[in-house]
Amino acid sequence: MARNVAIVGTGIAKYGVRNDVNIAELAWEAIKEALAEAGVEGKDIDLIVVGNAGGWSSEYLPGIVIAEYSGLSGKPIYRVEAACATGSAAIKAARDAIASGEADIALVVGVEKMNESPTPIVVEMIGRAGNYFWEFENFGLTFPGYYALYATAYMSEYGATEEDLCMVAVKNHYYASFNPKAHFPRRISVEQCMQSRYVAWPVKLLDSSPISDGAAAVVLASEDVAKKLTDSPVWIEAIGAASDTSNLSKRPDFLVHRASLWAAERAFKKAGIPRESSFKYFDFANVHDAFTIAEVLAYEALGFAKWGEGYKLIREEQTYKGGLIPVNLDGGLKAKGHPIGATGVGMAVEHVRQLQGRVEKERQADIKVGRSLAHNVGGTGHYAYVTIYSLSKPRNA
Amino acid sequence: MSQRREMEEFLKQVESFVNEMKRSMGLPLVFDQKTGAAMWYDQRELRLRFTISIERIRKFFEGLTQGKILATRCKETGTIYFPPQVDCPDAPNSEVEWIELPREGTLLTFTVINVKPFSFSHYEDYVVGVGKLENGVNVLAWVRGDPRKLRRGMKVRLEVVKREPEGYLTYEWVPLEESSREG
Repeated sequence: MARNVAIVGTGIAKYGVRNDVNIAELAWEAIKEALAEAGVEGKDIDLIVVGNAGGWSSEYLPGIVIAEYSGLSGKPIYRVEAACATGSAAIKAARDAIASGEADIALVVGVEKMNESPTPIVVEMIGRAGNYFWEFENFGLTFPGYYALYATAYMSEYGATEEDLCMVAVKNHYYASFNPKAHFPRRISVEQCMQSRYVAWPVKLLDSSPISDGAAAVVLASEDVAKKLTDSPVWIEAIGAASDTSNLSKRPDFLVHRASLWAAERAFKKAGIPRESSFKYFDFANVHDAFTIAEVLAYEALGFAKWGEGYKLIREEQTYKGGLIPVNLDGGLKAKGHPIGATGVGMAVEHVRQLQGRVEKERQADIKVGRSLAHNVGGTGHYAYVTIYSLSKPRNA
Repeated sequence: MSQRREMEEFLKQVESFVNEMKRSMGLPLVFDQKTGAAMWYDQRELRLRFTISIERIRKFFEGLTQGKILATRCKETGTIYFPPQVDCPDAPNSEVEWIELPREGTLLTFTVINVKPFSFSHYEDYVVGVGKLENGVNVLAWVRGDPRKLRRGMKVRLEVVKREPEGYLTYEWVPLEESSREG
């Protein structure tokens, strides 16, 4: 029988261009905060899982560099990769280790230092994330380009407009303006978004998440240990994960984010939640808005909107506080930033603090159900993770 | 100025600054333009160019030299593989046969790459699209011509072309009908 797993400590470094720190110093900002919040020391940690995509940064073995700097050398450690969903994969690896009885306390660190390389090189590396030989070598796709393939098909099929997509950016920047840890803590207007230059038509610069440095950390514990450490654990109720083809050409229609749908179905099945009315079961959600079209596709895959109607949700402002379901109250990848390996861990930090009612009041969700959903995609729907966090201890574990 | 030139100009400026720093204080330092944070400018450069095996799908590339675009088909399940692969995961003991792909299809989606990866930064903006061939196989490739005349669902044809300035064979979608985005 699997054991329940809770988050007992969280830490997050300021996202942005962090030329003031190296990768280990950046990670330590988050680790230090998470350990302090959990009330544990390095010696209490049974396992460290590091989420880092890397390539653009100088350290090839970032995990051991970070562990040494943080006084954690000697501990079991490994690094995981699931592209932009790396952080969620790292959480799942640590959760599984505790659930199985292999560890009692695990530290998950998500960290990325993307600005160690010039932008055109980072654009190239993310563009290679898919099927390098068949889709990059000859055709030079970029990350916004991959998502633009979805945007073109979606807008053409359902009549969504570039203004609709910009409304996603406006919402996420609005909430980021209240989040001091965000890469871009400032508001933008639909007009500013519409006037920003195309990076991969029809995707514009302000439809896109930035190239961010950042780190986040969480301490996970088994039920017995969690009860000793805290009165208010946040439980990992369910995780659903999925993948899709490396070649975008093998996807049928570019209208549905299949991996997100499959991951959601798996998570909802474990939690006993009907997908079509899933929004009723959560106080808020984070969805993977690497690009604005991605947030709209996520609404549909997660059951917040019917197929082809996701854009109406943002048009009607239903994903602001007070709407059907508030989404990305931390600013999302779009404005909080997207330091690849840190993103999923940063979501976990956000969910714990939201559920415990301790984020800035302008962006604090009303916590009634005591449950939230984090959706984290890797690549262009190559990987997907849907993680359900809860204030109530899961019944069936 | 092409994005390649912009990047080269930028790096030249950084390097001349770093050289000046090395001359004056003996350290390869640069400083964040906004915050003044000090950074070490890496004195080691890593160049990557991969050598990738195509031995088992060599027929595909030989096909290109004869103007053909080939795929593989699993003899047991009939599944067509494009990109071609020589193993059938659904029938591990079966073999594949090489078939020629039909050329005509419909455009499923497309984009214009405005901000390019470094290794593509010498090209003008290019259009990448996915078309569905008559046999249901999707192919991703550059789309020739004016992107303003493209629309989802239009007829397109796959052609073998030589990619310049590199001068190697690949394939490209060519629109078959004139159409404006309004139309």
